[in-house]
Amino acid sequence: MGQPHVDAMEVDSSRNVRDSTTDYMQVDELPAPEQNKPADVFSPEYLRLYYSRLFPYSDMCKWLSYGNDGKHPGCDSSYLNRREFSFTLDHDIYVRYVSFRNASEMESSIRDRCPYKIDIGAVYNVDPAKRTAYASSGSEKVFAPVERELVFDVDMTDYDDIRFCCTGADICLKCWPLMTIAIKVLDTALREDFGFEHILWVYSGRRGVHCWVCDVKARRLTNEQRAAVAEYFRVYKGNENNTKKVSLGGSAMHPSLLRAYVEVLRPFFEDQILSNQGLLQFEERYGKLLDMIQDDGIVAQAQDRWQSSRRSSETDVSVARWKQLKNLLESGKHKGSGLRRCVEEIIFSYTYPRVDFEVSKHMNHLLKAPFCVHPKTGRICVPIDAEECDRFDPTAVPTVADLIEELNKGEASLSNVAQNQKERDISKTSLMKSIELFRTQFLNPLLKSCKADVENSYTEKLHNTQTKLDW
Amino acid sequence: MDFRVASTRRLSSGGSDAHSRLSFYLTAPTLEVSLEEFEQYALDRLRVLKGLEEALSRGRRSEELEALVIDLWRKYMRTSNGSDLNKDIISHFVLRLVYCRSDELRKWFLSMESSLFRNRFHSEAPDDQKRFLEDNELPYKAISTSDFESIKDKLVQVARSLNQPSPNADSTFYKVPFEEVPELVAGRKVYIHKGQAYVPSTQLTFLVAGQFRSKLSKALVLTYRKWMSVISEEESDRLAPIVEALSSRYLGPDYSQGKIKSEVALQDMDDLAKTSFPLCMRHLFFKLREEHHLKHGGRQQLGLFLKGVGLKLEDALAFWRSEFGQKMGVERFDKEYAYNIRHNYGKEGKRTDYTPFSCNKIILSTPGVGDHHGCPYRHFSEENLRAALGSMHLGVRIVDEILEKVRNRHYQVACSLTFEATHGSQTIGINHPNQYFEQSRKILQPKVPQELANDNTETTTAS
Ligand code: SF4
Ligand SMILES: [Zn+2]
Repeated sequence: MGQPHVDAMEVDSSRNVRDSTTDYMQVDELPAPEQNKPADVFSPEYLRLYYSRLFPYSDMCKWLSYGNDGKHPGCDSSYLNRREFSFTLDHDIYVRYVSFRNASEMESSIRDRCPYKIDIGAVYNVDPAKRTAYASSGSEKVFAPVERELVFDVDMTDYDDIRFCCTGADICLKCWPLMTIAIKVLDTALREDFGFEHILWVYSGRRGVHCWVCDVKARRLTNEQRAAVAEYFRVYKGNENNTKKVSLGGSAMHPSLLRAYVEVLRPFFEDQILSNQGLLQFEERYGKLLDMIQDDGIVAQAQDRWQSSRRSSETDVSVARWKQLKNLLESGKHKGSGLRRCVEEIIFSYTYPRVDFEVSKHMNHLLKAPFCVHPKTGRICVPIDAEECDRFDPTAVPTVADLIEELNKGEASLSNVAQNQKERDISKTSLMKSIELFRTQFLNPLLKSCKADVENSYTEKLHNTQTKLDW
Repeated sequence: MDFRVASTRRLSSGGSDAHSRLSFYLTAPTLEVSLEEFEQYALDRLRVLKGLEEALSRGRRSEELEALVIDLWRKYMRTSNGSDLNKDIISHFVLRLVYCRSDELRKWFLSMESSLFRNRFHSEAPDDQKRFLEDNELPYKAISTSDFESIKDKLVQVARSLNQPSPNADSTFYKVPFEEVPELVAGRKVYIHKGQAYVPSTQLTFLVAGQFRSKLSKALVLTYRKWMSVISEEESDRLAPIVEALSSRYLGPDYSQGKIKSEVALQDMDDLAKTSFPLCMRHLFFKLREEHHLKHGGRQQLGLFLKGVGLKLEDALAFWRSEFGQKMGVERFDKEYAYNIRHNYGKEGKRTDYTPFSCNKIILSTPGVGDHHGCPYRHFSEENLRAALGSMHLGVRIVDEILEKVRNRHYQVACSLTFEATHGSQTIGINHPNQYFEQSRKILQPKVPQELANDNTETTTAS
């Protein structure tokens, strides 16, 4: 979108941060309703305790080192150090271009400054903390990002026109299935279509989810290729002034869309979204939906029937009415792929993931780190198991206050005395489950393939130097 | 870059007919060119790219585009002494220097050059295309019949989703990593499985164009580094000034400074919006008045336009503050939004003075949920556009005429018609919202002396 646009070579004013953080959209939203926020889910003191006793520094560093922290001669020991982190401190102070050589440096820096938010940026060609030395034009090397996970950000506020249970910063179990859908659709496509394997899903702490695709192939995509992958997921072409919201292509759907439709969108729409959101319950809601049908006759028929019926308080009225509408659209008289396509378009409009494209398109976009604490809700940004995402309940995610309480009264469930203090602390709390998930589902398989990557690139390098020597 | 610039002598590089007429521009020419040629060639190529840009923004169909590109090429890139290939290569490399120096410029150049290449490649005879593949050692292998059979269903489905004829056993498909065909991926124009894209031979152009694009994309960044570190210094007397000049040579009026030197006053804004704003700005303006809020894209589009109209920074701040303040309080506005407005006026951040958006840029934008920016002729549904035009008190007949243009994707023509209907006066065409405004003022307020852009024959830049 428009300027100002922060780009690799231009980022250096720390005030620009707002343009380049993923949360810049928050600027556009109304102040969050504070009344239902318990006063005790978050406090700087809790945060301090969390950072000193629970935050999984070594897991984070193991992840972000991608196998380069080993002893193998193929390891690039500067790798982690070239990663940008950024902190948001109290009073909205941003600090960009923070870097660490290892977990203990990370730990002391975070404990020291106690950031309200930690963002992860790109891996640059040089240590970002020393970037100014390279920024001068006399130097051949220009400070630039070289690697970055492919990331996705899905935020509930982008669904505000189709959810009626809550708005803005609020979410509830009635609208959360929209996120479940997003996870399922994106995860499947990223694996099946793009062939990615190391994908981490994280709860954003309030009203959305983040996705980190960590395969080496994904980390090396150019901005253009990132944009292409993101656009692959764009079906939503509507804006405030155009009711035709999705465009699905010609006489058939692309196989990827069809799979999403059959396996995820349609069942979710018909079994959950319709009745959860009461989409056909009240006139102003079904009016919006009927707007998407180009056949005035059918719209009039449906309106007639529904306006006169008094059943609008029944919970499943939306489901019943959807059946009627589908019959109308698919009935013999109106047969024609145009109208049948309507059913698909409606379902896509009300369910298909709405990705924040700008976040995915640029290598140097910052994204909040997993295991952060959301300062408004106090909830931990825990990983989500994509395979079990139906069962993920954002309202049950522990808050930092919960964890501290568990820590204070709990006992270590691990009997293993070899565990260090931190492991023992973690095991007293419900954070343990999340960390185990992070390790078993994501980190361990990732490190295994990183090891192979490191070895391969090393033999390749050896081979190259040998041929050079021969010559 | 290894230009040797001489005033007269020229060494020709072997551009014999044995080679394809197209190039990946992998190596900079070592031929000698005169300074005049250096500049002239670049300007000629720029004309081609600008012509292409305008056609793209009008949503021209691909056949039309191809014909246009061939035309433009013939018109500007032919040489009298048969060194077409040299001119092609030299002009490309000069513009690389010109357009390597910011993300915005690189993006524009990359997309125009890629489109140019794609259209030129597509218009080549199959044999010439093949020769190009061989010359450049592009190792594309067709998939086997058995592979084809195993994924035939999916390939047929993709073809149907594009309303194209279904592939059969005679069709050739190439299997390539999806990274190589970003455009096809972005448009869901290929079947992708486990990271491999199955590209039909009819889309060979995209495959090659994808290569072109990624090579150029990388090269532009390298050129920039080289420019920064070596060239601009070594060439500070000769090439650098020309390159500087070329980059500001936008072949169109520049609206960044507010051409009407008379400034507009805040209190006149509502009236001006009603009489002299083009629909895109009128819509944003009244949405802002109504909702006391606009999302980022809308703030940029309207804010820069107002700057171009002559709204001073202090007034702009007052204006936005009075609107946003109603919704979120003045304090929050000052904290979160004022920066952005000052930024647009070059008072913060990089201190670049940002230029108001041209129609091209606005038409190519992609407004999303909650957004009001964009060009109404392009982005509104017919119904909403009809309502918007109705509110400008236009008759049914003229509205129908306008909508007809819209259906044929002549958005700027539709805008011109609106202008003519509301002003009762002819226009030579609308290609910039600020131009719309200025023409309107000229008609409605004739006392202000105006030396309004007479040079509207060329398009305004995308910057
Ligand atoms: S054609 Fe240009 S001036 Fe007219 S509405 Fe569209 S963008 Fe605005
Ligand atoms: Zn809800």
